[in-house]
Amino acid sequence: MTDVERRSIISGVGQSDVGRRLGRSGLDLTLDAALEAIADAGLTPADIDGIATYPGAGGGAGAGFSGPGTPEVQDALRLEVNWHTGGIEGAAQLAAVVNAVLAVSAGLARHVLVYRTVTESTEQGSGGRQGIGIGGGAGGGGGGGAPRMSGVMQWSIPFRAYSAANWLAMIAHRHFHEYGTTPEQMAMIAVNGRRNAGLNPKAVYRDPMTLDDYFASRMVTSPFRLYDCDAPVDGSTAVVVSVAGHASAVDHPVARVEAVGTALRGRPSWDQFDDLTTMAARDAGAQLWTRTDLKPADVDVAELYDGFSFLAMVWLEALGFCGKGESGPFVEGGHRIALDGELPLNTQGGQLSAGRLHGFGFIHEACLQLRGEAGDRQVGADVEVAAVANGGGPIAGALLLTRAG
Amino acid sequence: MSSAPFRVQPALDDDNRFFWTSGADGRLRFLRCQACGYYLHPPLPRCPECGSRDVAPEAVSGRGEVYSYTVNHQPWDGGTEPYAIVIVTFPEQEGLRLTSNLVNCPPDDARIGLPVRAVFEQHGLVWFPLFEPT
Repeated sequence: MTDVERRSIISGVGQSDVGRRLGRSGLDLTLDAALEAIADAGLTPADIDGIATYPGAGGGAGAGFSGPGTPEVQDALRLEVNWHTGGIEGAAQLAAVVNAVLAVSAGLARHVLVYRTVTESTEQGSGGRQGIGIGGGAGGGGGGGAPRMSGVMQWSIPFRAYSAANWLAMIAHRHFHEYGTTPEQMAMIAVNGRRNAGLNPKAVYRDPMTLDDYFASRMVTSPFRLYDCDAPVDGSTAVVVSVAGHASAVDHPVARVEAVGTALRGRPSWDQFDDLTTMAARDAGAQLWTRTDLKPADVDVAELYDGFSFLAMVWLEALGFCGKGESGPFVEGGHRIALDGELPLNTQGGQLSAGRLHGFGFIHEACLQLRGEAGDRQVGADVEVAAVANGGGPIAGALLLTRAG
Repeated sequence: MSSAPFRVQPALDDDNRFFWTSGADGRLRFLRCQACGYYLHPPLPRCPECGSRDVAPEAVSGRGEVYSYTVNHQPWDGGTEPYAIVIVTFPEQEGLRLTSNLVNCPPDDARIGLPVRAVFEQHGLVWFPLFEPT
């Protein structure tokens, strides 16, 4: 019996313009990305019979976070679909891809358009940078009219822990304490990202950054400095998840879906999770390797979520590229994770330097690297296996892709 | 001490009211299973360990230690003074933790392992449980 994953491929990818304050609507950007992905897959909109997105319209957090819902995109492209979904719960942003894989493998759809759109930069442009991630806008401006917190947010926001930056900073400090990880080691995630972004024409921050530049940046919430935090941007990324048999109908190599990691086994809380130094990445990462014969050593390129620099280190450990607690020495000096290193990391610049496309930028980049189409930042001609990870804290998803064709 | 900062208020309901008003008598309380003794946090309608519905607020010592911390410099709420956010862990139960603030000391005094005790900051009906070094 074939595992469900290997019945599907990512047949096409597309991406809109990416930038700060583009001033265009989310739907407009989404249509650019979607049409590019559909054409890249050798298809027309008439072939698309499924749509999936994260998080869908009204999907929480601040303005510009959600992008258009699937009904809006269906209508704008006049799609006739057999299946559609959007939602914020699941294996991080990758949940939309996993859902599409499941729909294709179950026979509900043959070609699913999957997209993620953000317009956070334009939305935040007039009011200044309000926050980073969930909860960031809750206390803005002195807060006379701030809403009262219920649900999980009541356990952080009233203590002025407004942002995922605060929550993850505490997790990073715990990692530093338990394993001796240093700021100099963590900085290499940011420095490596910037080095790669210089080779990516779409990256929002491309000027060279030294370790001294990093340490000269202001402290946001210790140990995170400004350059440890990703930047809101506008942009849309789309992929088409197709039945595996479609690979032969496409005029370029495609990314075959090898395995997914979707598990959540600890308490889904920023402060009650049993091991704060890893959280949900541990479970999604471990599960991924139970669903494939491949091993971490087989991976040629790693595109690991870096909404905060430290998260990429969590993922390096969770996916077994190094031992538990060993991500600091692993990234030290930045040679191992460079484009010509043993495990090239965040080759498009990551979210730290290429902008917060919120997970989907990593999927897009993994596909380009597998196809040998990553331009000046292509790590080599023989990229056969790519790992993608999304999420942080109690939210995690992982994806393993291989080259086909 | 400087005056109390702005704080976003919790929305009080029948499940959480005991927690947010507990400081009125100077005591910190968690929901505790009366059948097996397990502390439930955040509050739940029944014990996830033994399934009992017999759960009730119970005072703890209020003493704990800093499990991790961050010193925030970003003016999210308009406040410009750095402040320390901490996760405090309690001796009553392994893994029982609260996110809170370290007060009555410079924020840079925050460190993992620092012994602390609960103090309360009243804003209207709500008594925010904060922590100071012992």
